[in-house]
Amino acid sequence: MSEQSTWAEYACEGLYDELMQAQGQPRPASEALASEIDALGPEELAARQLAAEASIKEMGITFTVYSEEGGMIDRSWPFDVVPRVIPEPEWQQVEAGLKQRVQALNLFIDDLYHDQRIVADKVFPKDVLTKSANFRPQCLGVDPPLGTWAHICGSDLIRDKDGTIYVLEDNLRVPSGVSYMLENRLVTKRVLPELFEQYAPLPVDDYPSQLFDTLAALSPRPADYPEVVVLTPGIYNSAYFEHSYLAQQMGAELVEGRDLFVDDDDCCYMRTVDGPSRVDVIYRRVDDLFLDPEAFRPDSALGVPGLMRAWKAGNVAIANAPGAGVADDKVVYAFVPEIIKYYLDAEPIIPNVPTYRCMDPESLDYVLEHIAELVVKPANESGGYGMLVGPASTQAERNKFKQLVKADPRNYIAQPTLTLSTVPTVIKGAALEPRHVDLRPFILSADRQQVTMGGLTRVALRKGSLVVNSSQGGGSKDTWIVPEIPPAQTQVLSQGQSQSQAQA
Amino acid sequence: MLSRVAENLYWLARYVERAENTARIVTVNANLLLDLPKGVAPGWRPLVDITGAIDLFEEIHKDYGERQVVRFLLGDERHPASIVNALSAARENCRTIRDIVPREFWEQINGLHLFASGQLQKGLAKTGRHAYLRELVQRCQGLAGLLDGTMLHDQGFEFLRLGRYLERADMTTRIADVQSATLLADGSEMRPYDNIQWVSVLKSMTAYQMYRRSEQVQVRRGPVLRFIFQNSGFPRSVRWCIDHTRLGLERLPRNEASLRVVGRLARVVDGVELAGLSQTDLHDFVDELQLGIADLHGEIAGTWFPPPLEVDEAA
Repeated sequence: MSEQSTWAEYACEGLYDELMQAQGQPRPASEALASEIDALGPEELAARQLAAEASIKEMGITFTVYSEEGGMIDRSWPFDVVPRVIPEPEWQQVEAGLKQRVQALNLFIDDLYHDQRIVADKVFPKDVLTKSANFRPQCLGVDPPLGTWAHICGSDLIRDKDGTIYVLEDNLRVPSGVSYMLENRLVTKRVLPELFEQYAPLPVDDYPSQLFDTLAALSPRPADYPEVVVLTPGIYNSAYFEHSYLAQQMGAELVEGRDLFVDDDDCCYMRTVDGPSRVDVIYRRVDDLFLDPEAFRPDSALGVPGLMRAWKAGNVAIANAPGAGVADDKVVYAFVPEIIKYYLDAEPIIPNVPTYRCMDPESLDYVLEHIAELVVKPANESGGYGMLVGPASTQAERNKFKQLVKADPRNYIAQPTLTLSTVPTVIKGAALEPRHVDLRPFILSADRQQVTMGGLTRVALRKGSLVVNSSQGGGSKDTWIVPEIPPAQTQVLSQGQSQSQAQA
Repeated sequence: MLSRVAENLYWLARYVERAENTARIVTVNANLLLDLPKGVAPGWRPLVDITGAIDLFEEIHKDYGERQVVRFLLGDERHPASIVNALSAARENCRTIRDIVPREFWEQINGLHLFASGQLQKGLAKTGRHAYLRELVQRCQGLAGLLDGTMLHDQGFEFLRLGRYLERADMTTRIADVQSATLLADGSEMRPYDNIQWVSVLKSMTAYQMYRRSEQVQVRRGPVLRFIFQNSGFPRSVRWCIDHTRLGLERLPRNEASLRVVGRLARVVDGVELAGLSQTDLHDFVDELQLGIADLHGEIAGTWFPPPLEVDEAA
């Protein structure tokens, strides 16, 4: 590349950059991308970035932030135009690893709600189970359709300096972000169409129909056309945009708790203009505890009284199944390698981030001593809240966390601070700079398993920051899975418009 | 179609229609007052009376000055039926059903709400009022046209129309009731400015030109009342609204009870000899119609809308 190249000054030394293997030197799969970006030049690239932001505003792609004052703000979705590229062979490995992981987790959840063999065999400590905040005794003995509990899983992947991809956590309750993955691709097509002349990234947009098929496969009335609904807590929920987006894309009704009721026949119905109409499958985006005031929190107005009754009777399917969140716990996470081994008799294809379980006395001592180097996380928080990033913390914060961990070791894990990989990102008033990213693919499981083509890449927009959550200043990128060899350009001859009004 | 969605659509249409009607009566009254000498002019009180908010108004204001009444009707946040509040309620109803209405509709109702609240100061000033109100009316009509021309004419569309026509019929009866009360207290000779006031009653519903085309008689009490209550071709007459409500109801399931109520309402409208009614009789007649409209609303809500919420939304 020439000396004036955009990439000449791109400083990625000491980092693992997803696009560049060294300063000025793109990875094989990103070569064409790098030269396209070079050809655009920094000013044009900045203009495309602005165009993308304008597009997002116009398309009304938003997310809701809960502010500290208790109010809510609807914000435009933050997006960076430079895509992240992953070669297809590498992705296939990741895909296999994710399927393996979710398959094992489903077996694990099913076991916990039945015989608890894994506990009896002393592979998984009874103590962890007893103290799990997301274990639901109400689900004991229930057999959900196909034995599947976690139908939609969003697992967060990160890549360390040496290039190894790790699973950072599994989200099995109500993982969100997939709508942004879909919209990011649309925006990229709009603002950087020339990139698609060189590349044919594998399409992502069949997700809604795959999701529908996954949900439909759970229907208790398989012979009929199943009535699938998306259950949302309502417009004030931070992910409402996604709820309505997925409902629209699937052609499913978007319902709130008060639209549904369970009748004396233990079937679930929605209130429609034509009278009650039977519901077969509920894709719920409401947490377990709000699902059914009869079974869980009696003060919940978001749920449907009697829903657990209908679900246990097998008259309605719920995805994810109530209780699936038991595996969405950072302490359970630490046991996933053992869980895979136990149920599948296999080694994990994608490793866990090395994790210290504070419940082990030795680990606890290590964590307390090395807290300044570690990331400490509570078992049941999400969104990047309630955790300590050792190297970025103050002495007071570290002391506070030491107390917290000592008081309830079962509730904490610690991990070394990994240097997340980076992707070139457009920085206002400057050239491209590396920013840290993670990746959230979504895994669907019912009669078969499917993984999104790539996933949602989240990027920490602040320099040096490792926090990618959109609620805390994170942005996102389009993610491209590209075949090794770009497909040959095919010529399509098109006909001109042949019919027009005869000119007198 | 979900009952909740049907209800949202119905109220969405009612609020838009309400905003449009309010904009119209304010415009017409402002014009009328310019034409009448001080002693004859009915002032601004009747407008508050039409919207049924006398009690609320008097809690806030001591007298019915132009400034107070116009602010009350256009943008007072304490008045639930003010134009700005009605449009904001319409927008909220629309927000939860964005997947049902065309995308452009959402954008336009969002824009209309921003216009109504953002340009309110212009609407309150005498000089800017006319342009402000005219744009409001046009944009409301634009919304109706957009739905008519681009939305699936399915059950949801019928609920939009039901909301629009019930609101319109209700407003027409109110305008007739209040405005005629200040006129012709007893069927005596026409007084000098009566004619111009009956014209303004017609204009409050954009009915003047169509009255001329249809009736071809002088503007007098009897024919005017007949036109706005019983004409079957004018889309703001009570009769027309009832007819079209019935057509909409006929396309919905489980409509027997609602059709009975609407049939009763139609008989009330048809069975009256309006020209012969004294002012008191007219008032009673309007009362009967309004009760009928309220019954019909109750029947629609009971049949197709979700049961009322018992608890406030948590979380």
